[in-house]
Amino acid sequence: MLHTFVALVQDRPGVLTRVASLFRRLNINIVSLTVGESERPDTSRMTIVCDAPENAAHRIRASLYKLETTIGVDEVNRADAVVRELCLIKVGAGPNHPHGLHSRSQIFELSQVFRARVVDLAPESIMLEMTGSASKIEGLLQVLRESGYTILEVSRTGRMAMRRGHHTSRVLQALGTRQGQNTSEFPDPDPDALREDETLPGIFEE
Amino acid sequence: MADSSNANPTLTGAEILLATLAGEGITTIFGYPGGAILPVYDALRKFPTLHHVLVRHEQSAAHMADGYARASGRVGVCMATSGPGATNLVTGLATAMIDSIPIVAITGQVSSKVLGTDAFQEIDITGITLPVTKHNFLVTRAEEIAAVLREAFQIARSGRPGPVLVDVTKDAQQATAIFDFDAAKPHPYRPHPMLRAESSSIREAVALIQQARRPVILAGHGVVESGAEKEVLALAEAHQIPIASTLLGLDAVPAEHPLSLGMMGMHGESWVNNAIQQADLLLAFGMRFDDRVTGNLTKYSPNSKKIHVEIDPSEVNKNVSVDVALIGDLKEVLSLLTPLLADQHPPRSAADSEWLRQIHAGKGNASVRDIINLPDNGHLYAAHVISDIWHEAAAAGRLEQTIIVTDVGQHQMWEAQYFKHQAPRSLITSGGLGTMGFALPAAIGAKSACPDKDVWVIAGDGGFQMTAAELSTIVQEKMPINIAVINNGFLGMVRQWQETIYDKNYAASPILSPNFVLLAAAHGIAGATVNRRADVIPNASIARTSGKPFLIDFQVEKEDGVYPMITPGSGLHEMLRRPQHDPLLELPEDQ
Ligand SMILES: Cc1ncc(C[n+]2csc(CCOP(=O)(O)OP(=O)(O)O)c2C)c(N)n1
Repeated sequence: MLHTFVALVQDRPGVLTRVASLFRRLNINIVSLTVGESERPDTSRMTIVCDAPENAAHRIRASLYKLETTIGVDEVNRADAVVRELCLIKVGAGPNHPHGLHSRSQIFELSQVFRARVVDLAPESIMLEMTGSASKIEGLLQVLRESGYTILEVSRTGRMAMRRGHHTSRVLQALGTRQGQNTSEFPDPDPDALREDETLPGIFEE
Repeated sequence: MADSSNANPTLTGAEILLATLAGEGITTIFGYPGGAILPVYDALRKFPTLHHVLVRHEQSAAHMADGYARASGRVGVCMATSGPGATNLVTGLATAMIDSIPIVAITGQVSSKVLGTDAFQEIDITGITLPVTKHNFLVTRAEEIAAVLREAFQIARSGRPGPVLVDVTKDAQQATAIFDFDAAKPHPYRPHPMLRAESSSIREAVALIQQARRPVILAGHGVVESGAEKEVLALAEAHQIPIASTLLGLDAVPAEHPLSLGMMGMHGESWVNNAIQQADLLLAFGMRFDDRVTGNLTKYSPNSKKIHVEIDPSEVNKNVSVDVALIGDLKEVLSLLTPLLADQHPPRSAADSEWLRQIHAGKGNASVRDIINLPDNGHLYAAHVISDIWHEAAAAGRLEQTIIVTDVGQHQMWEAQYFKHQAPRSLITSGGLGTMGFALPAAIGAKSACPDKDVWVIAGDGGFQMTAAELSTIVQEKMPINIAVINNGFLGMVRQWQETIYDKNYAASPILSPNFVLLAAAHGIAGATVNRRADVIPNASIARTSGKPFLIDFQVEKEDGVYPMITPGSGLHEMLRRPQHDPLLELPEDQ
C-alpha cells in the first residue's frame, strides 16, 4: 500500500541522500519525493510517498527519526490531510494537427473543466498546468489521450501533503513552533506519542 | 596547547581538532598518518596528554577504538588519512555500528578547493560510510571543527550509541580560527521522539509479569549499555525469573548466579533454548531478536507473551511481534516498572518455583553430553582450554579483573559457553557483524582503556592471521596482552557448517598457519606451544603473571564441533546435539 510521510529535515548538503538511502536499505520503492523550504529557517519539508506493506509504516517512521538530520516525521493519510500534486503537460496542437487549429479551443475547454491553466502557447503545442490530486491529473491525461491528442511531455512534482486543521501537523504542534522561537531548541520529547487506539504493527501480523 | 594563556586562542584547525579531543577527555588516539591528515599529526606534539597508538592497518585502528569503548564505556577515537586510510576503516565502523559501540573516527580529506575532482587520495568517505555510521560529517572550515567534533561525541554516546565519522579537509586543518571549547558545546541531544513507556503500558507489563508462570528474561547488550545490570538482577531475584543472555549480554549478569542460564540462540545450551521455547512470558531487555538468537521465527517461543524494553523504536516489532513495547532507556524503564511490581507481586522464592526446577532438570540432563564433563582422553579440546583459562583466573582471584576479547568462529562460541563471566564489560566480541580479525586490535583498545586488567585474546588460527600484524603494535606500545590461539588447522566454524550442511566438502577451510610461537618470537614476544590439557593452566599462569605479552599456540582437536547447534531454518528447540559417535563420548571402557 502507499504510505505518505511528511518529514521536517535540516536544509543542508547530503540530507536528501540520507533519506533516500534509508529507503534503499529497507528495499522500499519511493513513489515520489518532494522537498522544498518550510516555514522555518534552514529547514526543509519533504513529502515522501512510498509503496510498502501496511505494517512497515512504524519502522519507516522510527528509522526516519533516527537520522540525525531529521527534526520531525508525520505519517498522513488521505482522510486527515490535503494532498496535492502539480503537473505540466505539453500537448501537440497547431495547424498540422489532425483537428487543425480547432484543436486549441477544444483543449481550452477541457482545461477549464479540469481547472487546468494554459501557461504556454507555441505554434505546434500548448502547455497546461494543473494542480490537484493524482487521480484528477490522471483524469485529464486520459481525456486528452482519448480525444486523440498527442501528449508530448509530462512533468509531475509528486505528491505534497499537509495535515488538516489549525495546527498544520502533529509534528509542528509538538515542536511548539511559535514566531521567533529559537528553532534549534530541541523538540518536545514526545510529539508522536501513539494515541490510545493506535497500535504498533508487527511485520508478522497480517 | 600552544597558546594556553589566552582563554580563546587563535589556533590552526589541526590544533583545534586535538584541543577539542583533549577537552572531551580523550587521552588515546588509534591512528595511522598520511598526507591529508598530516597537519593534525604535526600538531600532536603540542598536546602531551594525547597518546597516539600507531596501528599497522586502519581497520585495526577502528577495532581498537571499539575495544576501548567496549571495555570502558567511554567513546573511542581513531584517525586515518584520506582515500585508502579512510576506506580501511569501513569494516571497523560497520562492526561498531551493528553492535552499537560509540566511537569517533576522524579522517583527513583533500582540500575543499579540489573536493569532487578525483584529486590524489580523494574518496567520498562520508558517502561510503553512510550506512555504517550513526552519523557522519564533512568539515571544510576551521571554524566548524570544534562544534562538529563535540556534536560527534554527543551523537556517538547518546541514545543507542554508535560510530560517528568526521571528515576534515586539509585546508580546514591548516586554516586558523578562534578556539572556544565552551561555545562549541552542542545543543542537548534530541531524544528519539518516539520514546515512550506510558503508564498504561507499564501497568500491562506488570500484569503480564504477575500472571506469568514460566517467565524468562532475555538480557541483551542494552543491559550493559544502559548500566542496568543491578536493576535487572534485582528484578530477577525478587520474582525468581531466570535470565538467558545474548552473546553481547553474557557479561550483563554474573554467570554463576543461580538465575543465570547462559547464552541463548544458535549455539545456546539446550536448557536455555528450551526454557525460551516453553516460556509463557519473555522479558526482552535491550536485545533485538537477531536471527542468531531466535532461530526460525515462525517457531519462536510460540506460547509466550512478550514485553520488549528497547531504546530504539525501529527495533520494536521488527522480527518478533511483542505484546507490550516499553521504548526507552532500560534503567529508566525498570525504575518505573520494578516498584509497581514490588507493590503488587510479593517476591517469589526459588523453592516454590516449579519452573526453575524444570529448567534445572534440563541442565543436569545436558551435562551428560557436555564436553567439559568427559574424562580426559589425551586430546586437547578448545572447550577445555577456555575452561582452564577461566579456572586459572578464578583461582588467582582475578576474574573481575579479566577481560576476554574473542575473535569470530568456533572458539568464540566455546568462550561464550565455558568462560563464566562475572563482571560487566569483561567479554568483548564482535556479535552482529562477526568480524574475523577483531580480537587482537580490540584487545589493544581494551588494554589501553583498562591497563590494570588482565586482557586475553582468544582467537582462531584463521582470524588471528587477519590482523596478526598488530603484534608489533603491542610490542611498540609495551602492552602485556595474553594471546591464546586456538589452532585447529581449519577455519573451524566454516568446516563445521560444511560438515553439517555441505556433506563434509571442506572447500577452502583447511588453513596453513605459520609457527605462531616463532612468529611471536620474531616480534620479541615470548610464547609456548600447548597440546596437552595438563599444560593449559601452568602456561595460562605464566602468561597472566609475566608482565609482558605472551602467546600460547593451543593445538587442539582439529574436527571438533560446537554443540548444540541450530541449523538454519530450525526452531530454537530443534537442536543438533553432540553426535553420539563422537570419540569424546566413548568412555574408556567402550574402547
Ligand atoms: C572477515 C570475515 N571473513 C569471513 C568470515 C566467515 N567466517 C566465520 S567463522 C570463520 C572461520 C573462523 O576460523 P578460525 O579463525 O580458525 O576460528 P575457529 O572457527 O576455528 O575457532 C569464517 C571464515 C567472517 N566471519 N569474517
